[in-house]
Amino acid sequence: MKLELKGITKRFGSLVANDHIDLVVEPGQVHCLLGENGAGKSTLMNVLYGLYDPTEGEILVDGKPVVFKDPGEAMAAGIGMVHQHFMLIPVFTVAENVALGNETTKAAGLLNLEATRGKIRSISDQYGFDVDPDAMVEDLPVGVQQRVEIIKALVRDAEVLILDEPTAVLTPQETDELLDIIRQLKRDGKSIVFISHKLREVKAISDTITVIRRGKVVGQADPTASPTELASAMVGRTVSLTLDKAPAKTGDVSFKVRNLTVTNHNGQHVVDDLSFDIAKGEVLAIAGVQGNGQTELTEAILGVQPHVAGSITLDGEELLGKSVKHVLGAGVGFVPEDRTLDGLVGTFTISENMILDLYDKAPFARGVGMKPGVIAENAARKVEEFDVRTPSVSAAVGTLSGGNQQKVVLARELSRPLRLFIASQPTRGLDVGSIEFVHKRVIAERDHGTPVMIVSTELDEVLQLADRIAVLYRGRLVGIVPATTSRDVLGLMMAGVPAAEAEASASAHTPSGATTSAVTEPAGHEGETHV
Amino acid sequence: MSEKTTPEPQATSPDDSPEPADIREPGGTTSEAMASDVVLDTAGGQMPPSAVPAATLRRGRDQDGNGSVLHQIFTGNAMVSVLSVLLAIVLGGILMAVTNPKVAVTAGYFFAQPGDLLTEVIRPYTALVQGSIFNWAGADLAAQLYPITETLTVATPLICAGLGVALAFRAGLFNIGAQGQIIFGALFGAYVGFAWHLPIGLHLLVVILAGLVGGAVWGGVVGLLKARTGAHEVIVTIMLNYIANFLLLFLLTTPAFQRKGSTNPISPFLDSTALFPELLGPQFRLHAGFLVAIAATAFVWWLLNRSTIGFEFRAVGANPSAARTAGINVARSTILVMAIAGALAGLAGVAQVSGTEKYLSGGVAASIGFDAITVALLGRSTPWGTFFAGLLFGAFRAGGVAMQAQTQTPIDIVLVIQSLIVLFIAAPPLVRAIFGLNPRKKKTTTSGTAGSRTSGIKSGAAA
Repeated sequence: MKLELKGITKRFGSLVANDHIDLVVEPGQVHCLLGENGAGKSTLMNVLYGLYDPTEGEILVDGKPVVFKDPGEAMAAGIGMVHQHFMLIPVFTVAENVALGNETTKAAGLLNLEATRGKIRSISDQYGFDVDPDAMVEDLPVGVQQRVEIIKALVRDAEVLILDEPTAVLTPQETDELLDIIRQLKRDGKSIVFISHKLREVKAISDTITVIRRGKVVGQADPTASPTELASAMVGRTVSLTLDKAPAKTGDVSFKVRNLTVTNHNGQHVVDDLSFDIAKGEVLAIAGVQGNGQTELTEAILGVQPHVAGSITLDGEELLGKSVKHVLGAGVGFVPEDRTLDGLVGTFTISENMILDLYDKAPFARGVGMKPGVIAENAARKVEEFDVRTPSVSAAVGTLSGGNQQKVVLARELSRPLRLFIASQPTRGLDVGSIEFVHKRVIAERDHGTPVMIVSTELDEVLQLADRIAVLYRGRLVGIVPATTSRDVLGLMMAGVPAAEAEASASAHTPSGATTSAVTEPAGHEGETHV
Repeated sequence: MSEKTTPEPQATSPDDSPEPADIREPGGTTSEAMASDVVLDTAGGQMPPSAVPAATLRRGRDQDGNGSVLHQIFTGNAMVSVLSVLLAIVLGGILMAVTNPKVAVTAGYFFAQPGDLLTEVIRPYTALVQGSIFNWAGADLAAQLYPITETLTVATPLICAGLGVALAFRAGLFNIGAQGQIIFGALFGAYVGFAWHLPIGLHLLVVILAGLVGGAVWGGVVGLLKARTGAHEVIVTIMLNYIANFLLLFLLTTPAFQRKGSTNPISPFLDSTALFPELLGPQFRLHAGFLVAIAATAFVWWLLNRSTIGFEFRAVGANPSAARTAGINVARSTILVMAIAGALAGLAGVAQVSGTEKYLSGGVAASIGFDAITVALLGRSTPWGTFFAGLLFGAFRAGGVAMQAQTQTPIDIVLVIQSLIVLFIAAPPLVRAIFGLNPRKKKTTTSGTAGSRTSGIKSGAAA
């Protein structure tokens, strides 16, 4: 099926989200839409999927113009979409989720799930999905949930599959598996629209790349283009993908964690007997697949986790058991992993968010009275310094894009003298330009002599920022390795393989002479992925 | 409001923001929309860590009593409030028309003389205005101004208690307990008023203080239970209302509270030194309690917008997780805000015993505690919004009496109008639809400009 978008324009009020976008998706092709957050990729796909009405322009399927009033019609025309946030009902089984909206019934209106189960099994076998139709969706890992979404589309005979930021929630291994699935779908003649801003994946999978910037198509790119070229096209200016940083000038060890154990409400040790040090002027990156105790570790340091045992000392002072206010007051800068949930108050203005943890300190307050003038002035200065794009400091922070929100959090946390800086997922959901900015600020803080702890599930980020890397697996420390450790070894360690063993097994699997560059093929798959 | 997240945040000012919620969108398609929902919805709902992936976990967190719907109702835009009042008045008029036998007669010759029908509908409203603002038929200036002073008198406890509800709501707590807090304020205030005999000036001050303490205790208990045990404030406050009410009825039968020589469950009159001075002389009921209500409004405004304590309240109300991460003591804020909210409601109780009633009876709180919820709702939980909403409800109450006396329209119609206001405020899309303010209908492929105009109006109203 050939899909064409002609002159699609979508306006929200005075805002032009899509400006005369033309796009042709050929059958059996992986067409990648590359663009920053907020460039208009998702809006375009929502227009295609019948979620928005285009203000202008038309959609053609096999040369015939079509109008989709709702996703149902788009599905009927053979367009399937896998949203970034899955549209699954957690307490339903896979089969129930797949059948939902398309239920077949037996006599007396009873659900005929057997037919759906059969279809799931046949698709699962065809593509090697390994999905049990009777598993409860909430029990499945994210990668498998995503496959359920793909199955949902395939069961409805989708010929064009739209994948909206599909790798955002996946581990490196799951990402590789997804890319394999996409290759198989392509072989079967399906067209794939792959939306992403991650260059490595885009280069690995796409046949055609369309770059979108500020709602307009700025050009087509070839998958062989260099990552720097792609990034520059996407951002609209030259960007550097490698971080220039001097080697760490480490000072004394000032932050010590000893035998830290966090117990959750089930009595499980979600952080299990962790011990590590961070020296002044050093970045320790905590690597690991999401959900292996990183959240609990950072929250334990901040003091919001109950049931913590062990010891956390900063410059000799015990932080464990102290209030959050005390810990922050001791000079800990904290960037939480979920900025919208823990880092910002969305309905508050930028000014107010800039002082969220300094609101009762001079010069922003005297006694219980706050000083709006000083607060606004502070915000204006910080907005300038951290390049937050906003019409006004009195705009609600929730109206900002993710990158700008993160800059607000960073501006706040880096605006006071720090003795320890902790950042969790500092660049999650950010675009290339913002990532570059955030990384520079983190390194600047390190060079200032502050011990820095970065928690990230992005291997790229870990490798760029870290001076040393600590890998967590199921709450335990697998090992602390130097920043020069290869992706293969780190990938294995993230799956729980001890450092020495990972080292041995990685060198055994990598064919001699294969180049391991940060931007080419994902690690460990060189042999089988070249089709 | 921040929930109007644009899909394209780079080039937007808040005024241009389209509302994803109004566009067909199953459960938030853009990541920002999803994320900002979370900001508003997680009122303290803390999920235990689990193996569920982050995306699912975030969605799961927003299941709590103070969900987005309640939040939306309490902080919706001013335009909806105004239009809701308007709509309720129109519907009230229609109701009066169909229930009034005279109207049925005039409707018979409607086409001959349509004016008669309209007169019959407008008459009760005229009486309402005459009874609440200015009586142009009054014999002298005092009689002409009497209605407005009545309005202010009735509005005084409504404003104080309304502030209590509004303040608690800004900190994310739904305070249904104003009724009980008023009773406790009145109980403490009245006791000090009739049992203690202090010099003029000091006595009233002590009465007010006692009322504040009474309300603060009854409100603070709620905060304490919520912060320490996680008990839901809605259930706790409802139950405490019953306890306060029956405690009052019991106390009024004990020698300490019951008037000497009376078999009725009423207290002695308060000392004259314990009463609010009359503002305009003895022929009006208006007392200095109204000035206290104005001061309380100004105080709450300062507290919320200019003090660190209010900053904590608002942060805890808008996003408790972020507040906690920023070092704010959420438990302490919860206790403190409920104590202050209770104190404000207690002030309403003092206004009743020290100003309007001059003694304590079982019906001292009337339905003020519940009307206060509506007042706070109509005032969108802002201090001055609550103040004016209180005035409006005071006017309804005062004018309703005159309306019934003059036109035989039952005073219940005022209740109907009040209820309709709440109903409309709770359904902003309905109000917008009736006034044609909804941004866009489906498939307006050609009317991009019309869409932008209406959304401009809406966000203008929100700002």
